[in-house]
Amino acid sequence: MLKINNLVVKVKSMDKQILNGLDLEVKSGEIHCIMGRNGSGKSTLGHVIMGNPEYEIIDGQIYFENELINDLPTNERAIKGIYLAFQNPIEIPGVTLTSFFRYTTKKFYPQDMPYSKIRKEIVELLHKFGIPEDTMKRYLNEGFSGGERKRIEAMQVLVYKPKLAILDEIDSGLDIDGLKSIVRYINEYVEQNPNTSIIFITHYSRLLQYLSPNRVHVMINGKIVASGDISLAREIDEKGYLWLENNVGA
Amino acid sequence: MEDRSVMELREMAETYKYDFKDPYLYKEIFDKGLDEDKVIKISKIKGEPEWMTEFRVRAYRIFISKPMPKWGNTELLNKINFDDIHYYVRPQEDHKRSWDEVPEYIKKTFERLGIPEAERKFLAGVTAQYESEVVYHSIRQDLAKQGVIFTDMDTGLREYPEIVRKYFGTVVPPEDNKFAALNSAVWSGGSFVYVPPNVKVSIPLQAYFRINARNMGQFERTLIIADEGSEVTYIEGCTAPIYSSQSLHAAVVEIIALPNSKVQYITIQNWSKDVYNLVTKRSVAYTNAKVGWIDANIGSLLTMKYPSIYLLGEGARGEIISVAFAKTGQHQDAGSKIVMAAPNTSATVTSKSISVGSGRASYRGLVKVYKEAKNAKVNVQCDALLLDPESRTDTYPVIEVHQPNAVVTHEATVSKISEQQLYYLMSRGLSPEEAKTLIIHGFIENFIKELPMEYALEMNRLIALEMEGSVG
Ligand SMILES: Nc1ncnc2c1ncn2[C@@H]1O[C@H](COP(=O)(O)OP(=O)(O)O)[C@@H](O)[C@H]1O
Ligand SMILES: [Mg+2]
Repeated sequence: MLKINNLVVKVKSMDKQILNGLDLEVKSGEIHCIMGRNGSGKSTLGHVIMGNPEYEIIDGQIYFENELINDLPTNERAIKGIYLAFQNPIEIPGVTLTSFFRYTTKKFYPQDMPYSKIRKEIVELLHKFGIPEDTMKRYLNEGFSGGERKRIEAMQVLVYKPKLAILDEIDSGLDIDGLKSIVRYINEYVEQNPNTSIIFITHYSRLLQYLSPNRVHVMINGKIVASGDISLAREIDEKGYLWLENNVGA
Repeated sequence: MEDRSVMELREMAETYKYDFKDPYLYKEIFDKGLDEDKVIKISKIKGEPEWMTEFRVRAYRIFISKPMPKWGNTELLNKINFDDIHYYVRPQEDHKRSWDEVPEYIKKTFERLGIPEAERKFLAGVTAQYESEVVYHSIRQDLAKQGVIFTDMDTGLREYPEIVRKYFGTVVPPEDNKFAALNSAVWSGGSFVYVPPNVKVSIPLQAYFRINARNMGQFERTLIIADEGSEVTYIEGCTAPIYSSQSLHAAVVEIIALPNSKVQYITIQNWSKDVYNLVTKRSVAYTNAKVGWIDANIGSLLTMKYPSIYLLGEGARGEIISVAFAKTGQHQDAGSKIVMAAPNTSATVTSKSISVGSGRASYRGLVKVYKEAKNAKVNVQCDALLLDPESRTDTYPVIEVHQPNAVVTHEATVSKISEQQLYYLMSRGLSPEEAKTLIIHGFIENFIKELPMEYALEMNRLIALEMEGSVG
C-alpha cells in the first residue's frame, strides 16, 4: 500500500531539514502507530505523504500502491485514497460544513446521488462522532474546540473511505470518553473494511491501549529508530523515549 | 482538467464579449454623437411633457460643461469617445432570431447558470416576450390591486406625470456628476416603482425586470418611491452575462424611502468585458425608514459605482453590502457613500472584493456625519481577497465627522488565499479551482445570504464558472 524509502525532507521556505532518511512500509489492511516526542517530525511525515506544498522532498521515494507519488498534487492523492486527519485542521471562514461536504463528497460519492441524501448520511456520522447537526451551519473549523476538530477530522474517514488513513494526534484535545468512542468507530470501520490501512500518529501511549496495531514505530529526529509490536509501546511507556534515544544514540 | 467541457468553458470565459450583438433588434434613428437638437428630438419622439424636455436640455448643458472626473481610473475613462456613441435607439419588435443561431457557448452558459428554459430564449433574443407572460400578468394584477405602480420609466412618465415630476431628479440631480448629467439628458428605459402607504409588497419585484434585463437601455433611469410605512424589495439584473451593442452604460437609480418605509435594492450585474458601467445610485431615507443596497458587480471593463444613502430623518437606517469580482483586464471601482444628517441614524457598509489575475478592485467610501446626527453609528468593513500575485486592490476611505458623539468605525482587510487553506481543501479531493471557488464562496457568504434562493444558487454557479475560466 505505502512504501517510503530513505525520505529526506526540508521546509521549502528555509534551510531546515526535518526528515532525515526515513523508511516505512505499510501493507494493505495493516494498522501502524508512529510514536515520538513533540518535534520529532511525525506531522511532517503525514503532510509529506499528503503532498503539503510547504515541504520539499530532497531525497527518497514515496510509493502508493506501487506508484511513485512524490510529485503528485494533493487532490490526486486524495482521490487515489489517501486521507490525512490534520493535527491542526485549517479554518476556512464563511464556508459552512454543509457547503464543504457538498463539494468534497462529489469526489467520492456516486455522481447521481442527490446531496440531500449524502447530507443525511453525513449528519448521521457526525452524530455518531458526538457532533450535533447544527454544526453543519458553522464555518469550517472556525471557533471549533480542540475536541470538535478531532471528531470531525476522524469522522471523515467514514465519509471518504480512503485506502490509507493517517490520523495525526486524534487523541490530543479529547477527553477519555471522546477518545474511546472515536477509536471504537474507527476500529469498527476497519473491521468492516479490512483492506483499509491506518497510521495512528501520537506522542502519548494512552491511545495505544485501545488499539491493536500490527506495528509500532518510534520516531526520533526525523527518522524511525525502532519498530516492533505493541510491546515496544509498553516499553516506552515504562522507560520513556530517553531510553531509546540513548540506545540508538540519536 | 483536459476534458472537453472545461476547455470549452475556458474558451467561453475568454470570448465573453458576445459577438452576436444585435444588428437587427434595434433600429438606429440617430447618428453617433450628441448635440442639443438630438436631446430635444429624443424628448419629442417620446412625446414627453415640456418640463422633461427642459430638464434634458439643462442636463445636456451640464454634461458638456463638466470635465471628466479627475479621479478613479482616468486612463480608462479618458478612452471613452462620446462622439462614437449612439444616444438613442428604438427597439424594433418584429425581428426574431432563431435559437439555432445562438452560439453554443452562450447556450451552455445559460444552462450552467440554471437559467430557466423560457428565460434563456428571451435573454438570447430569440423571443421578444418572456414566454410565461401569464405569470407575469397575474403578478401585475396583484400589485395593481394594492395600488402598486411598477412600470418602465417612459410609461411611468406618461401615466403618472405628477408623481414623476415631484421626485424625478431630486435625489440625483444632473449637477451631481458628468455621467448623471449625461443620463439625465438622454435617459431611456429603466423602471418606475411607487408603493402606496402601508403596502407591503410580499414578492420581490424581480421577475419583470429580470426577464427584461436584456432590454435595459444603456442610459436607463430608475425611480423608486416607497410611501410611508410601505415595504418593497427590488431586484435588477441577473447572473447571465449582459451583452450590449454599446459599451457605455450610464444609469441612474433614485430611491425615496418615506418615513417608516423599507426598501431593499438588489443588483447582480455581469456585464460583458468591454463595458463601461458608470452608475449613480442614491437613496434618501426619512424618519425611521430603512434602505438597503445589495450590489454585486461581476464583469465589465470598468465599473464605477458607489451606492449612496442619505439618512435625513431621525432613526433612519442604511445598509450597503457589495461584492466586486475583478478579473484580468477589469477594474471594479466600487464603494459607498453614507451621509447622516439626523439624530439616531445608523448604517453599516460591508464591501467585499475579489481580484483574480491582474484584476483590480478599488473601494472608495465616504462617510459624512453632520452635526445634527447625534448618536449616529456607522460601521464600514471592507475586505479584499487577492487570488494571484499580480492582483490588485486599494481602498480610499474618506470620513468626515462633525458630531462629536457619533461612533464611526472603519476596518479594511486584505487577504490572500493561503496556501494551507488550499492544501487543506485539496487534501479532501478538491482541485485547486474548486478549492478557490469554495474559499470565495466563504468570503462572500454574508452577501449570498441576503439573496433570494434562486439568485443565491445562480450566484454560486456563476462564481464557479468564473473560476473555471481563470485558474490555469
Ligand atoms: N513549516 C515549517 N516551518 C518551519 N519549521 C517546521 C515546519 N514544519 C515543521 N517544522 C519543524 O519541524 C520539526 C518537526 O515538526 P513536526 O513534524 O510538527 O513534529 P511532530 O509532529 O512530531 O511534533 C519541529 O521542530 C517543527 O518546528
Ligand atoms: Mg505533530
